[in-house]
Amino acid sequence: MDNIILLDNGNAQIIEHDPWIFINGQEELLIHSGYDTLILPLALWKQQQPDEVLQGQQQSVQGIWLSPNDSEIELEPWLQVIPIIALQFPDFRDGRAYSQAFMLRTRLGWTGELRAVGDVLRDQLSHMRQCGFSSFAVRGDKSVTEAIKGLTGISVLYGRSAIEPRPLFHRRDRVEPE
Amino acid sequence: MYNYDDYDHRLVRERVAQFRDQVTRRLADDLSEEEFLPLRLQNGLYLQKHAYMLRVAIPYGVLSSDQLRTLSYIATTYDKGYGHLTTRQNIQFNWIQLEQTPDILECLAAAQMHAIQTSGNCVRNVTTDAFAGVAADEILDPRPLAELLRQWSTLNPEFLFLPRKFKIAIYSAKQDRAAVKVHDIGLHLYSGDNGEMLLQVYVGGGLGRTPMIGLSLKADLPWYHLLSYVEAILRVYNRYGRRDNKYKARIKILVKALGIETFAEEVNQEWQLISRGPTQVTSQEYERIAKNFSAPNYDFFAAHNFEYNTQRSRHPEFARWTSKNLVAHKISGYAAVIISTKPGINSPPGDVTAQQMVAIASLADRYSFGEIRVTHEQNFVLPNVPKADLFRLWQALECLGLATPNAGLLTDIIACPGGDFCSLANAKSIPIAHAIQQRFEDLDYLHDLGEISLNISGCMNACGHHHIGNIGILGVDKNGEEFYQVTVGGSQGNNSNLGKVIGPAFSAYEIPDVIEKIIEVYTLHRRSNESFLALFQRIGIEPFKAAVYAKKVIAGAAN
Repeated sequence: MDNIILLDNGNAQIIEHDPWIFINGQEELLIHSGYDTLILPLALWKQQQPDEVLQGQQQSVQGIWLSPNDSEIELEPWLQVIPIIALQFPDFRDGRAYSQAFMLRTRLGWTGELRAVGDVLRDQLSHMRQCGFSSFAVRGDKSVTEAIKGLTGISVLYGRSAIEPRPLFHRRDRVEPE
Repeated sequence: MYNYDDYDHRLVRERVAQFRDQVTRRLADDLSEEEFLPLRLQNGLYLQKHAYMLRVAIPYGVLSSDQLRTLSYIATTYDKGYGHLTTRQNIQFNWIQLEQTPDILECLAAAQMHAIQTSGNCVRNVTTDAFAGVAADEILDPRPLAELLRQWSTLNPEFLFLPRKFKIAIYSAKQDRAAVKVHDIGLHLYSGDNGEMLLQVYVGGGLGRTPMIGLSLKADLPWYHLLSYVEAILRVYNRYGRRDNKYKARIKILVKALGIETFAEEVNQEWQLISRGPTQVTSQEYERIAKNFSAPNYDFFAAHNFEYNTQRSRHPEFARWTSKNLVAHKISGYAAVIISTKPGINSPPGDVTAQQMVAIASLADRYSFGEIRVTHEQNFVLPNVPKADLFRLWQALECLGLATPNAGLLTDIIACPGGDFCSLANAKSIPIAHAIQQRFEDLDYLHDLGEISLNISGCMNACGHHHIGNIGILGVDKNGEEFYQVTVGGSQGNNSNLGKVIGPAFSAYEIPDVIEKIIEVYTLHRRSNESFLALFQRIGIEPFKAAVYAKKVIAGAAN
């Protein structure tokens, strides 16, 4: 994929040669059949996996993406074997993927790469980061070097997030702001 | 009142810088209007007919005198010298330039204010009883929990792109003055059998196109679970609320589609998983916030000043004002004073000039410990006035044109800005309000009628809360012409009711006659002190219908 920003241990970097290929459906799968590093919709992913992967006994080389209509709970059986999860923003105003990401991180314990795909724009990147996304496929017509500035956001968070599980009132006593 | 600490200051300052950058990018066309729209809305900025409108948050309606001076400065410097109080305890400026908004927000930040989430599909300003902390019928002070909710919902990254706007209101008194049952979440804070703070939670109330009264979701939520419970509601809503049609996207539609039992089950399931987590509010945090709302230094000898009664008997106009514009105070010798922004045809309901703001700020300093409130009826309140000072305060208000003795009366009209400003409106609101106020100018008559609420909305979005006015007026579009649909029998508060449509809509010209006919039915049928609402519930809509449309027939026949 192009226009990728990756958070690696908190360091944001622009990825020049991202290995992942985003597959929308069957047709695209046929075009890219020679590649391993595909991100597939769940149904297609299941079709492509050998039994060992489906039974959770072997690592998969392929990732899964979910639309906001999908439930992240469905990924539970394979969280140990998949290399990457992508969540789709069909429109940047559709906020469902924020909850999906938060659930994947805080409830399902997903620690691998979590990628935002679709209508991914600079001014929402910090919210995505706070909800647990760790890579961002910035919309194709936008400059990724500009977009990366959007990761910073506001330094004060009253509540909690996927990356800061404690609300401010639990953090308040420890570190005073500069 | 709540004082910003370093975190609060840092948040609003960074937010201003962020928005300044976004405005710069918009002006350079690096951001499209489509991409910019939700960003500006979440900073309170709407595009209206003539200019941008900036809605400034007044958290739970509480202002310091210095904050009011800042609002006055903004009105003078960046607007046309006035502001408009809204039905959600905020203030709007109608003549704003996009380029200047970052500077305005910076001004606000310096006065511990902001415009964050006063619009957009996110959790809006949390509202409460304008008399919180002072009302004689108060059970507990709702302001600490309102502030807790304000903080928690501000820039909460998971819930900034909800299906639609989300409004929360909380009250804790015998009388519900916060209209909590017409909010997405309504909260009633009360004291349990063992003195613990509990919350009755309502969900799915709201006006707009599909008006609904909120349903009980949980009767006895311990206060320290407030944040996790609201989080559970919002998560269910964020995931399952409709996004295909903006008119069906409010949480009330989801609640209706699932049924309250199923919805409650969904929320409960989610809540069980997070309730014991870190969002459980500590007593320490409650105390930290609550100490901001500690009572001022009341003079406990104020109760022993008897001048007030003498002044009342000497000055009938003063007495009339005190009979309507005071609210009983929990401290003997004090009163909460309603400053009506509805003087009649000289000024649209809710509008306040920059000069009036400065004057009210000074009066607040002199007579009310420097604090001002905004009511959802679009009036100001001085919450802590010693009774002995009331006469001097009244005289000062008289000079400012702010002593109209009509709080709660027919001319205390709640109205949105309507078609004069708003691009969503089907019809104008302000001229209708003025025509009614002009028809009912006689104060003796008004006082004799007693409390009748009249609400006007310029369109179905119902910013003027017309459904819950005893008399409601809704602007509708009929083939490009402005018409007005009238409802009767609505009410807000503990026994919230949606008004019933009286029949076919009227032209603007007919409205004062229609209202007069409705009032005549009331005066004809009422028993001694029977309220308009009680009468309506007794006799129903038919007599009103008959009176209003009979006249139309006769008028038609005469032509």
